Amino acid sequence: MSLTGSDPAIHWHVERRGILVNAVSVGLATAAYGVSFGAISVTGGLTVLQTQVLSVFMFTGGSQFALVGVLIAGGGGASAVATSVLLGVRNAFYGVTMAPVLRVTGIQRMIAAQLTIDESTAMAVSRSVEHDDGRASRLAFWSTGLSVFVFWNLATLAGALGASALGDPRVWGLDAAIPAGFIALVWPRLRDRRSWAIGLCAAAVALALTPFLRPGVPVLVTAVVAVIAGVTAVRQRAAA
Amino acid sequence: MSAEWYAVIVATLGCYAAKIAGHSVPQRFLEKPLVQEVSDALPIALLMALVAVQTFAVGQTLQVDARAAGLCAAVVALMLRAPFLVVVVVAAAVAAGFRAVGWSA
Repeated sequence: MSLTGSDPAIHWHVERRGILVNAVSVGLATAAYGVSFGAISVTGGLTVLQTQVLSVFMFTGGSQFALVGVLIAGGGGASAVATSVLLGVRNAFYGVTMAPVLRVTGIQRMIAAQLTIDESTAMAVSRSVEHDDGRASRLAFWSTGLSVFVFWNLATLAGALGASALGDPRVWGLDAAIPAGFIALVWPRLRDRRSWAIGLCAAAVALALTPFLRPGVPVLVTAVVAVIAGVTAVRQRAAA
Repeated sequence: MSAEWYAVIVATLGCYAAKIAGHSVPQRFLEKPLVQEVSDALPIALLMALVAVQTFAVGQTLQVDARAAGLCAAVVALMLRAPFLVVVVVAAAVAAGFRAVGWSA
Protein backbone atom coordinates (compact mmCIF):
# COMPACT_ATOMS: atom_id res chain seq x y z
CA MET A 1 0.00 0.00 0.00
CA SER A 2 1.45 3.34 -0.97
CA LEU A 3 1.31 6.37 1.28
CA THR A 4 1.21 8.96 -1.48
CA GLY A 5 -1.59 11.46 -1.96
CA SER A 6 -2.74 9.57 -5.05
CA ASP A 7 -3.98 6.64 -2.97
CA PRO A 8 -7.79 7.04 -3.10
CA ALA A 9 -8.37 6.08 0.56
CA ILE A 10 -5.76 8.51 1.87
CA HIS A 11 -6.86 11.19 -0.55
CA TRP A 12 -10.43 10.83 0.75
CA HIS A 13 -9.22 10.93 4.36
CA VAL A 14 -7.49 14.28 3.71
CA GLU A 15 -10.38 15.71 1.73
CA ARG A 16 -12.87 14.57 4.38
CA ARG A 17 -10.94 16.35 7.13
CA GLY A 18 -10.76 19.51 5.00
CA ILE A 19 -14.52 19.46 4.48
CA LEU A 20 -15.24 19.02 8.20
CA VAL A 21 -12.82 21.79 9.22
CA ASN A 22 -14.49 24.12 6.70
CA ALA A 23 -17.92 23.17 8.05
CA VAL A 24 -16.96 24.13 11.60
CA SER A 25 -15.33 27.39 10.42
CA VAL A 26 -18.44 28.41 8.49
CA GLY A 27 -20.58 27.51 11.52
CA LEU A 28 -18.45 29.72 13.78
CA ALA A 29 -18.61 32.57 11.25
CA THR A 30 -22.41 32.46 11.13
CA ALA A 31 -22.49 32.53 14.94
CA ALA A 32 -21.61 36.21 14.62
CA TYR A 33 -24.79 36.84 12.63
CA GLY A 34 -26.68 34.70 15.14
CA VAL A 35 -25.65 36.84 18.12
CA SER A 36 -26.68 40.00 16.23
CA PHE A 37 -29.99 38.46 15.21
CA GLY A 38 -30.83 37.35 18.76
CA ALA A 39 -29.96 40.74 20.22
CA ILE A 40 -31.82 42.77 17.58
CA SER A 41 -34.92 40.59 17.74
CA VAL A 42 -35.27 40.78 21.52
CA THR A 43 -34.49 44.51 21.83
CA GLY A 44 -37.03 45.07 19.05
CA GLY A 45 -39.80 43.51 21.11
CA LEU A 46 -39.98 39.81 20.22
CA THR A 47 -39.69 37.34 23.10
CA VAL A 48 -36.67 35.09 23.58
CA LEU A 49 -38.90 32.11 22.68
CA GLN A 50 -40.16 33.68 19.44
CA THR A 51 -36.59 34.58 18.51
CA GLN A 52 -35.41 31.03 19.15
CA VAL A 53 -38.35 29.49 17.27
CA LEU A 54 -37.27 31.51 14.22
CA SER A 55 -33.70 30.23 14.41
CA VAL A 56 -34.74 26.58 14.86
CA PHE A 57 -37.67 26.37 12.45
CA MET A 58 -37.22 29.18 9.92
CA PHE A 59 -33.42 28.81 9.92
CA THR A 60 -32.57 31.18 7.09
CA GLY A 61 -30.86 34.35 8.28
CA GLY A 62 -31.97 36.92 5.71
CA SER A 63 -35.64 36.02 6.16
CA GLN A 64 -35.33 36.07 9.96
CA PHE A 65 -33.72 39.54 9.91
CA ALA A 66 -36.37 40.74 7.45
CA LEU A 67 -39.31 39.50 9.52
CA VAL A 68 -37.98 41.08 12.70
CA GLY A 69 -36.84 44.27 10.95
CA VAL A 70 -40.23 44.96 9.35
CA LEU A 71 -42.12 44.14 12.58
CA ILE A 72 -39.87 46.48 14.59
CA ALA A 73 -40.38 49.27 12.04
CA GLY A 74 -44.13 48.95 12.59
CA GLY A 75 -44.72 47.37 9.19
CA GLY A 76 -47.42 44.98 10.37
CA GLY A 77 -47.54 41.20 10.18
CA ALA A 78 -48.58 40.80 6.53
CA SER A 79 -45.72 42.86 5.06
CA ALA A 80 -43.25 41.28 7.46
CA VAL A 81 -44.32 37.77 6.44
CA ALA A 82 -44.33 38.57 2.71
CA THR A 83 -40.84 40.16 2.78
CA SER A 84 -39.49 37.29 4.81
CA VAL A 85 -40.92 34.57 2.54
CA LEU A 86 -39.84 36.36 -0.68
CA LEU A 87 -36.28 36.44 0.68
CA GLY A 88 -36.56 32.71 1.37
CA VAL A 89 -37.48 31.91 -2.25
CA ARG A 90 -33.79 31.58 -3.17
CA ASN A 91 -33.58 28.47 -0.98
CA ALA A 92 -35.93 26.73 -3.44
CA PHE A 93 -33.28 27.15 -6.13
CA TYR A 94 -30.61 25.78 -3.84
CA GLY A 95 -32.89 22.75 -3.33
CA VAL A 96 -33.11 22.22 -7.10
CA THR A 97 -29.30 22.18 -7.22
CA MET A 98 -28.90 19.88 -4.22
CA ALA A 99 -31.68 17.32 -4.82
CA PRO A 100 -29.87 15.35 -7.60
CA VAL A 101 -26.67 15.28 -5.50
CA LEU A 102 -28.31 14.25 -2.21
CA ARG A 103 -30.92 11.81 -3.66
CA VAL A 104 -32.87 11.49 -0.38
CA THR A 105 -36.54 10.78 0.28
CA GLY A 106 -39.00 10.87 3.18
CA ILE A 107 -37.80 12.23 6.52
CA GLN A 108 -34.23 12.63 5.23
CA ARG A 109 -35.49 14.87 2.45
CA MET A 110 -37.46 16.95 4.97
CA ILE A 111 -34.31 17.44 7.06
CA ALA A 112 -32.20 18.15 3.97
CA ALA A 113 -34.72 20.83 2.95
CA GLN A 114 -34.45 22.50 6.35
CA LEU A 115 -30.63 22.58 6.03
CA THR A 116 -30.77 23.99 2.47
CA ILE A 117 -29.38 27.51 2.96
CA ASP A 118 -26.68 29.80 1.47
CA GLU A 119 -23.80 28.26 3.38
CA SER A 120 -24.53 24.52 3.00
CA THR A 121 -25.25 24.91 -0.74
CA ALA A 122 -22.15 27.04 -1.34
CA MET A 123 -19.89 24.52 0.39
CA ALA A 124 -21.51 21.58 -1.44
CA VAL A 125 -21.22 23.07 -4.94
CA SER A 126 -17.56 23.95 -4.27
CA ARG A 127 -16.89 20.17 -4.24
CA SER A 128 -17.09 17.85 -7.22
CA VAL A 129 -20.54 16.31 -7.74
CA GLU A 130 -19.17 13.76 -10.25
CA HIS A 131 -16.08 12.36 -8.53
CA ASP A 132 -16.90 9.34 -6.34
CA ASP A 133 -20.59 9.85 -7.08
CA GLY A 134 -20.62 13.24 -5.32
CA ARG A 135 -19.55 11.88 -1.95
CA ALA A 136 -17.52 15.00 -1.07
CA SER A 137 -20.34 17.30 -2.11
CA ARG A 138 -22.86 15.43 0.05
CA LEU A 139 -20.56 15.45 3.07
CA ALA A 140 -19.97 19.20 2.62
CA PHE A 141 -23.73 19.83 2.49
CA TRP A 142 -24.65 17.81 5.57
CA SER A 143 -21.68 18.81 7.73
CA THR A 144 -21.97 22.52 6.90
CA GLY A 145 -25.76 22.48 7.33
CA LEU A 146 -25.58 20.80 10.73
CA SER A 147 -22.65 22.90 11.92
CA VAL A 148 -24.40 26.16 10.97
CA PHE A 149 -27.65 24.93 12.56
CA VAL A 150 -25.94 24.25 15.90
CA PHE A 151 -23.82 27.42 16.05
CA TRP A 152 -26.61 29.64 14.67
CA ASN A 153 -29.02 28.48 17.37
CA LEU A 154 -26.56 28.68 20.26
CA ALA A 155 -25.54 32.18 19.10
CA THR A 156 -29.16 33.30 18.78
CA LEU A 157 -29.84 32.22 22.35
CA ALA A 158 -26.73 34.00 23.64
CA GLY A 159 -27.65 37.21 21.79
CA ALA A 160 -31.29 37.07 22.89
CA LEU A 161 -30.48 36.48 26.56
CA GLY A 162 -27.69 39.07 26.53
CA ALA A 163 -29.88 41.72 24.96
CA SER A 164 -32.76 41.17 27.41
CA ALA A 165 -30.53 42.88 29.98
CA LEU A 166 -29.67 45.93 27.83
CA GLY A 167 -32.67 48.28 28.11
CA ASP A 168 -33.37 51.09 25.59
CA PRO A 169 -32.04 49.94 22.19
CA ARG A 170 -31.60 53.49 20.82
CA VAL A 171 -29.05 54.42 23.50
CA TRP A 172 -26.88 51.52 22.32
CA GLY A 173 -27.39 52.37 18.65
CA LEU A 174 -29.14 49.04 18.08
CA ASP A 175 -31.60 50.64 15.64
CA ALA A 176 -28.53 51.34 13.47
CA ALA A 177 -27.43 47.72 13.84
CA ILE A 178 -30.45 46.56 11.77
CA PRO A 179 -29.57 48.34 8.48
CA ALA A 180 -25.92 47.44 9.13
CA GLY A 181 -26.96 43.79 9.33
CA PHE A 182 -28.86 44.07 6.03
CA ILE A 183 -25.99 45.80 4.20
CA ALA A 184 -23.60 43.09 5.46
CA LEU A 185 -25.99 40.39 4.19
CA VAL A 186 -26.30 41.94 0.72
CA TRP A 187 -22.62 42.99 0.38
CA PRO A 188 -21.32 39.69 -1.11
CA ARG A 189 -24.10 39.84 -3.73
CA LEU A 190 -23.06 43.31 -4.95
CA ARG A 191 -20.48 41.88 -7.33
CA ASP A 192 -20.82 44.07 -10.43
CA ARG A 193 -22.41 47.20 -11.91
CA ARG A 194 -25.61 45.30 -12.66
CA SER A 195 -26.16 44.16 -9.07
CA TRP A 196 -25.35 47.64 -7.75
CA ALA A 197 -27.85 49.12 -10.23
CA ILE A 198 -30.57 46.71 -9.05
CA GLY A 199 -29.80 47.43 -5.39
CA LEU A 200 -29.64 51.22 -5.66
CA CYS A 201 -32.76 51.30 -7.82
CA ALA A 202 -34.65 49.24 -5.22
CA ALA A 203 -33.40 51.51 -2.40
CA ALA A 204 -34.57 54.62 -4.29
CA VAL A 205 -37.99 53.12 -5.05
CA ALA A 206 -38.49 52.09 -1.41
CA LEU A 207 -37.60 55.57 -0.11
CA ALA A 208 -39.74 57.33 -2.74
CA LEU A 209 -42.80 55.28 -1.75
CA THR A 210 -42.28 55.51 2.02
CA PRO A 211 -44.42 58.67 2.56
CA PHE A 212 -47.35 57.18 0.60
CA LEU A 213 -47.63 53.55 1.72
CA ARG A 214 -47.87 51.71 5.03
CA PRO A 215 -44.48 50.82 6.57
CA GLY A 216 -43.29 47.51 5.14
CA VAL A 217 -45.13 47.81 1.82
CA PRO A 218 -42.48 49.93 -0.01
CA VAL A 219 -39.90 47.17 0.51
CA LEU A 220 -42.28 44.57 -0.95
CA VAL A 221 -42.93 46.72 -4.02
CA THR A 222 -39.22 46.53 -4.89
CA ALA A 223 -39.81 42.89 -5.86
CA VAL A 224 -41.04 44.53 -9.10
CA VAL A 225 -37.51 45.91 -9.59
CA ALA A 226 -36.21 42.32 -9.43
CA VAL A 227 -38.80 41.17 -11.99
CA ILE A 228 -37.89 44.02 -14.38
CA ALA A 229 -34.18 43.23 -13.93
CA GLY A 230 -34.86 39.56 -14.72
CA VAL A 231 -36.90 40.32 -17.84
CA THR A 232 -34.23 42.75 -19.11
CA ALA A 233 -31.45 40.21 -18.56
CA VAL A 234 -33.30 37.47 -20.46
CA ARG A 235 -34.18 39.83 -23.35
CA GLN A 236 -30.57 41.08 -23.61
CA ARG A 237 -29.30 37.51 -23.75
CA ALA A 238 -31.86 36.62 -26.41
CA ALA A 239 -30.83 39.65 -28.48
CA ALA A 240 -27.10 38.88 -28.18
CA MET B 1 -52.16 34.38 20.34
CA SER B 2 -50.33 37.63 19.60
CA ALA B 3 -49.78 39.20 16.17
CA GLU B 4 -46.05 38.48 16.54
CA TRP B 5 -46.70 34.77 16.95
CA TYR B 6 -48.89 34.68 13.84
CA ALA B 7 -46.16 36.42 11.85
CA VAL B 8 -43.47 34.08 13.20
CA ILE B 9 -45.46 30.93 12.42
CA VAL B 10 -46.81 31.91 9.00
CA ALA B 11 -43.43 33.20 7.78
CA THR B 12 -41.70 30.06 9.08
CA LEU B 13 -44.16 27.83 7.20
CA GLY B 14 -43.69 29.94 4.05
CA CYS B 15 -39.89 29.73 4.23
CA TYR B 16 -40.00 25.96 4.77
CA ALA B 17 -42.41 25.61 1.84
CA ALA B 18 -39.80 27.30 -0.39
CA LYS B 19 -37.08 24.96 0.88
CA ILE B 20 -39.08 21.74 0.41
CA ALA B 21 -40.43 22.90 -2.97
CA GLY B 22 -36.88 23.06 -4.33
CA HIS B 23 -36.32 19.44 -3.37
CA SER B 24 -39.70 18.29 -4.73
CA VAL B 25 -40.95 20.23 -7.79
CA PRO B 26 -39.94 19.22 -11.32
CA GLN B 27 -36.62 20.82 -12.23
CA ARG B 28 -37.84 22.20 -15.55
CA PHE B 29 -40.02 24.82 -13.84
CA LEU B 30 -37.28 26.39 -11.71
CA GLU B 31 -34.62 26.05 -14.42
CA LYS B 32 -36.31 28.57 -16.73
CA PRO B 33 -33.89 31.49 -17.34
CA LEU B 34 -36.44 34.16 -16.33
CA VAL B 35 -37.24 32.44 -13.03
CA GLN B 36 -33.53 32.15 -12.26
CA GLU B 37 -32.72 35.77 -13.16
CA VAL B 38 -35.59 37.11 -11.03
CA SER B 39 -34.59 34.90 -8.13
CA ASP B 40 -30.99 36.18 -8.33
CA ALA B 41 -32.17 39.80 -8.35
CA LEU B 42 -34.81 39.37 -5.62
CA PRO B 43 -32.51 39.22 -2.55
CA ILE B 44 -30.46 42.18 -3.83
CA ALA B 45 -33.57 44.34 -4.35
CA LEU B 46 -35.28 43.41 -1.08
CA LEU B 47 -32.16 43.66 1.11
CA MET B 48 -31.11 47.04 -0.35
CA ALA B 49 -34.68 48.33 0.07
CA LEU B 50 -34.56 47.19 3.70
CA VAL B 51 -31.20 48.96 4.18
CA ALA B 52 -32.66 52.21 2.82
CA VAL B 53 -35.93 52.11 4.74
CA GLN B 54 -34.42 50.97 8.03
CA THR B 55 -31.84 53.78 7.81
CA PHE B 56 -34.00 56.72 6.73
CA ALA B 57 -37.64 55.97 7.60
CA VAL B 58 -39.52 56.63 10.83
CA GLY B 59 -42.99 55.30 10.14
CA GLN B 60 -44.00 57.09 6.92
CA THR B 61 -41.61 60.03 7.25
CA LEU B 62 -38.01 60.19 6.07
CA GLN B 63 -35.26 61.59 8.27
CA VAL B 64 -31.48 61.59 8.45
CA ASP B 65 -30.32 60.73 11.96
CA ALA B 66 -27.64 58.75 13.79
CA ARG B 67 -28.59 55.60 11.87
CA ALA B 68 -27.16 57.15 8.67
CA ALA B 69 -23.82 57.67 10.42
CA GLY B 70 -24.00 54.06 11.55
CA LEU B 71 -24.65 52.88 7.99
CA CYS B 72 -21.65 54.86 6.66
CA ALA B 73 -19.49 53.23 9.32
CA ALA B 74 -20.84 49.80 8.33
CA VAL B 75 -19.96 50.38 4.66
CA VAL B 76 -16.42 51.45 5.60
CA ALA B 77 -16.09 48.32 7.77
CA LEU B 78 -17.29 46.13 4.86
CA MET B 79 -14.81 47.77 2.47
CA LEU B 80 -12.09 46.86 5.00
CA ARG B 81 -13.41 43.26 4.87
CA ALA B 82 -14.51 43.26 8.51
CA PRO B 83 -16.52 40.22 9.68
CA PHE B 84 -20.29 40.48 10.19
CA LEU B 85 -20.29 41.04 13.95
CA VAL B 86 -17.69 43.83 13.67
CA VAL B 87 -19.78 45.57 10.98
CA VAL B 88 -22.90 45.50 13.16
CA VAL B 89 -21.12 46.54 16.37
CA VAL B 90 -19.24 49.40 14.65
CA ALA B 91 -22.51 50.72 13.19
CA ALA B 92 -24.25 50.58 16.57
CA ALA B 93 -21.30 52.19 18.36
CA VAL B 94 -21.03 55.06 15.87
CA ALA B 95 -24.80 55.74 16.06
CA ALA B 96 -24.72 55.61 19.87
CA GLY B 97 -21.68 57.95 19.83
CA PHE B 98 -23.45 60.51 17.58
CA ARG B 99 -26.41 60.51 20.00
CA ALA B 100 -24.26 60.67 23.12
CA VAL B 101 -22.48 63.84 21.96
CA GLY B 102 -25.75 65.33 20.70
CA TRP B 103 -24.89 65.51 16.97
CA SER B 104 -28.12 63.83 15.91
CA ALA B 105 -31.41 62.32 17.04
